[in-house]
Amino acid sequence: MKIILFIEDESALQKTVGEVLKQEGYELISALNGAIGLRMAKEKKPDLILLDLVLPKMNGFDVLKKLKENIDTKNIPVIVLTNLEAMDDIDRAIELGATTYLVKAQYTLEEIIEKVKKVLG
Amino acid sequence: MNLFKKIISELNIFAQCRKYNLSLWQCPQFLFLVMGAIIIISSLFAYALGTRYIENPLLVALTIQILAGILLIIAVIIIRSFERLAEASRLKSEFISIVSHQLRSPLSNLKWTVELLMSGKLGKIEEKQTEYFKIIKENSNRMHELISDLLTVSKIESAKLPFNKQEFSMEELTKVLINEYKPLAGATNVEVILVSNKNLPKAFSDPSRIKLVIENLLDNAIRYTKERGKVKISLSQKNNNILFSIKDNGVGVPEKDWKYIFQKFFRSENVLRHQTKGSGLGLYISKEIIKRAKGKIGFDSKEGKGSTFWFAIPIK
Repeated sequence: MKIILFIEDESALQKTVGEVLKQEGYELISALNGAIGLRMAKEKKPDLILLDLVLPKMNGFDVLKKLKENIDTKNIPVIVLTNLEAMDDIDRAIELGATTYLVKAQYTLEEIIEKVKKVLG
Repeated sequence: MNLFKKIISELNIFAQCRKYNLSLWQCPQFLFLVMGAIIIISSLFAYALGTRYIENPLLVALTIQILAGILLIIAVIIIRSFERLAEASRLKSEFISIVSHQLRSPLSNLKWTVELLMSGKLGKIEEKQTEYFKIIKENSNRMHELISDLLTVSKIESAKLPFNKQEFSMEELTKVLINEYKPLAGATNVEVILVSNKNLPKAFSDPSRIKLVIENLLDNAIRYTKERGKVKISLSQKNNNILFSIKDNGVGVPEKDWKYIFQKFFRSENVLRHQTKGSGLGLYISKEIIKRAKGKIGFDSKEGKGSTFWFAIPIK
């Protein structure tokens, strides 16, 4: 069973997205802030990380940077899932090593799940 | 090095003024330069006149100093008031941007929760329940559109709207959008047809921004057209531009409202009678996008008979 780490501080999204991912057969680990997210990534070594950018304790950009610097986590694909849509933010996340950048407001839940399935192969 | 770069960027008056999205004559930094030049020129003039007509050099010096002092005080007063205006405008744009971003998060939560409920994945949904979920979905979409419009407006006003030009086919873009609006047109029995000149050259602009403009105009044409109406879109080449024109036989724009139609939040009374939805930002955003595209936008209308809105954007 593939493991997805969802780093997102909105508990409503953890619940909604989490429910669908579980129904699709994935094991879900939740992290409500950047620092916990980073720790979970190192401990559990998930198959995919869904990462919000606006997070308490450590923002998503810093989490992404540290993930890619760590030998244990640098090869885990990261899908950024955020409402920030400025070109600067997108460029920065891709440069830091994000596999895909998805703006929440532009996708339905079903489309997000399709993207997840595509990255996990 | 960074400090040096910062100083140079502060000295770039035109960039600073663009940041405020103000015309040069409303921009405090530019006015500061102008007032400075006026003070210098007036002082030199006063010196020239003074040395001609006043014998005592001390008196000349004193006159110049008093003149320069008065002009300086006037300059400071004028520039301070413009600075306050510019800062207020910038804060307003920033506020809209921050609030809109903050509103997007709960809206995304709402949107996806309703989607999950309506999918049936949490249990079978009765038809009546589906009706009411649809209401939540439609209204959260409305909020989403309004927030997107507000964000676009604040980006336009703070001169931060990205505009990436490339070649693209206006005919293909229009066909895709007509298809997207088929359900809406179908629901109100409005027929939408496209007439395009053969071998139309490609337009050179930002297709994602022009898409917004066409969507706004198409949305308006369909919504403000009575039942069993007709909307005709024409694409043609006019000199070095592609001309897009959309004609409807809808409610039209009363003549007294013509000069307000492209203003923010403006909605004609006759339209408000027909439907209360709509932010009144669509045409303002369209006008600003076409301005950025170095194109032209306009309309012709008769109340009760219909309107023709058009815009022209350059070919490469």
